[in-house]
Amino acid sequence: MGKTIIEKIWDRHKVYQEEAKPDLLYIDLHLVHEVTSPQAFEGLRLAGRDVRRPDLTYATMDHNIPTKDRWSITDQIAKKQIDVLVDNCNEFGVELAGLDSPNNGIVHIIGPELGLTQPGKTIVCGDSHTSTHGAFGALAFGIGTSEVEHVLATQSLWQNRPKTMEVKIDGRLSSGVSAKDIILALIAKYGVNFGTGHVVEYRGEAIRGLTMEERMTICNMSIEGGARAGLISPDQVTFDYLEGRPNVPQGEAYQAQVEEWKQLATDEDAAFDSTLTLDASEVKPMVTWGTNPGQGVAIDGTVPAPEEGKTETEQRAIRQSLDYMGLTPGTKMEDIQIQHVFLGSCTNARLSDLREAARYLIGKKVAKGVRAMVVPGSMKVKRQAEEEGLSKVFIDAGFDWRDAGCSMCLGMNPDQVPEGERCASTSNRNFEGRQGKGARTHLMSPVMAAAAAVHGRFVDVRELDVTTQA
Amino acid sequence: MEAFREHRGSVASLPYVNVDTDQIIPKQFLKRVERTGFGQFLFYNWRFLDGDSKNPDFPLNQPHMEGASILISDHNFGCGSSREHAAWALQDYGFKVIIAPSFGDIFYNNSFKNGLLPLRMPEDIVHSWLEKGKESTFQLRVNLEEQTIEDEEGAHHSFDIDPYWKNMLIYGLDEIGITLQYEDYLKEYEAAK
Ligand code: SF4
Repeated sequence: MGKTIIEKIWDRHKVYQEEAKPDLLYIDLHLVHEVTSPQAFEGLRLAGRDVRRPDLTYATMDHNIPTKDRWSITDQIAKKQIDVLVDNCNEFGVELAGLDSPNNGIVHIIGPELGLTQPGKTIVCGDSHTSTHGAFGALAFGIGTSEVEHVLATQSLWQNRPKTMEVKIDGRLSSGVSAKDIILALIAKYGVNFGTGHVVEYRGEAIRGLTMEERMTICNMSIEGGARAGLISPDQVTFDYLEGRPNVPQGEAYQAQVEEWKQLATDEDAAFDSTLTLDASEVKPMVTWGTNPGQGVAIDGTVPAPEEGKTETEQRAIRQSLDYMGLTPGTKMEDIQIQHVFLGSCTNARLSDLREAARYLIGKKVAKGVRAMVVPGSMKVKRQAEEEGLSKVFIDAGFDWRDAGCSMCLGMNPDQVPEGERCASTSNRNFEGRQGKGARTHLMSPVMAAAAAVHGRFVDVRELDVTTQA
Repeated sequence: MEAFREHRGSVASLPYVNVDTDQIIPKQFLKRVERTGFGQFLFYNWRFLDGDSKNPDFPLNQPHMEGASILISDHNFGCGSSREHAAWALQDYGFKVIIAPSFGDIFYNNSFKNGLLPLRMPEDIVHSWLEKGKESTFQLRVNLEEQTIEDEEGAHHSFDIDPYWKNMLIYGLDEIGITLQYEDYLKEYEAAK
């Protein structure tokens, strides 16, 4: 019987295997950022250990850096965390894309940009959205700080073989519907823990039709469905994206590499432990109404009532979410007004995301009373957007144009949503307090967020015929 | 890591589903570069109202849950962000064992690495304990070697645990130290690449 890409990558990375024990798995790439690494480096220092493979380790700072005047960090504790990362990288010889680096940006955006992310690699980072890199056919997953220390010291991890899950997405997306809507619809349909204990492979006609950046949006949110990792078998789209990037072989060597990568795709006769399906042609633009990413509905829907929950616990959870979100059951999603728009995060702050939003915004203005900002995913995205004139579109429309960083995705820096106010956000988590204490987050696609900025409420972009507005 | 064989303690009941790590330890406390001192910030936005006064409605603020060392919650506990600060905060607050029908994968792993024991128990048992713990506390005795939880009535409930983690916890082993003993295998693997 054939093998899935998950099994192929796993088997190629086993360093040691023994009955009744997890496998010792080799790690090809370890990405590091300022928030989940200081205690790990400190652990190494205390034990007198080195970083085993600094050449397979790459660091950036993204979570708590300001996106305006990035050099003047007023929060002293945040500043210390950043200084500590600089010191640690110097001491242990790890390459760092610091504040002054043209490569700086959100860890999951710069890995692919720099060609560090490649098919068949095992990739880890002390961050749950590491699954983003799975879009390239890599086995990429988030780890905790103890594991960060373990990988720094040994370039490996003890891991139990995960269960495999196929998520088959066939059908064609309608116009105005994006990759973000696919993943939000999937999580709304199957819940926030459908993938627990599994690595998910996204397959099907709809997935094949997506660009690399769209695939990254989908894989990024695998963790919101509880999955350990999410990936997509590499194909020509993947190879075209990677060609010519730094850190990948060039010329003939690249062709040889591609031939090798082609072997990774899941075999036709491979079997998965379980399968879920979604029909892309039925997906509509999605908006979340609650406090987890599974609490979402199509834009033409309404806020649900607690009674719609199947169990008592679920009903209580809905009630708690509605209470926090300040929403009444039965309210039309299109009638919900917003005060903030955040276009950013590792889910949706790549160039194509900004292009989508900007295309809609040409000649339009942000509604009165709405504060809107764009935070590019990396400094490179920022430069490209400026060269293409996207920044001008955003600024003319009344958006704030910022430097790269995680920003309002988690509000560790000064970018926060005030208590009780509502934000249309292209990020990935609408948890209580995520964007600020008492902040109310609604997740959606970049074009939906741009339209919300202009109208001051959620609108159905399919009715705006965004695709023909040049 | 401290060894863990057996623990007897009183229970705190948190009957919520999908408790994410953003709630367990909110982001404003992630800037510290130490591993210690996070307990005071545990469930901060739920435990405290504005001005840092205690929220009287939050389960953990009920007088009968004071001093609890076993936390019981509902499905998908610890989902979301990978922040290990969540495990550090629970432990620093005084918890030794977390019981739920299911856990977020990363949190589950993080707990073991810190000697905090996460136990998956059948939903009906968890729900009955959550209910029971609402009004008054009770004791449970967790025996890791035998893989059982004994309740106050003397009934024994068994649990599953990965033998690898069981061994690590019982002997309080340093995982990195152990892995470094596989240096030859790592070298061999790297050479073959
Ligand atoms: S953008 Fe948000 S989700 Fe992505 S790495 Fe940063 S904080 Fe995490």
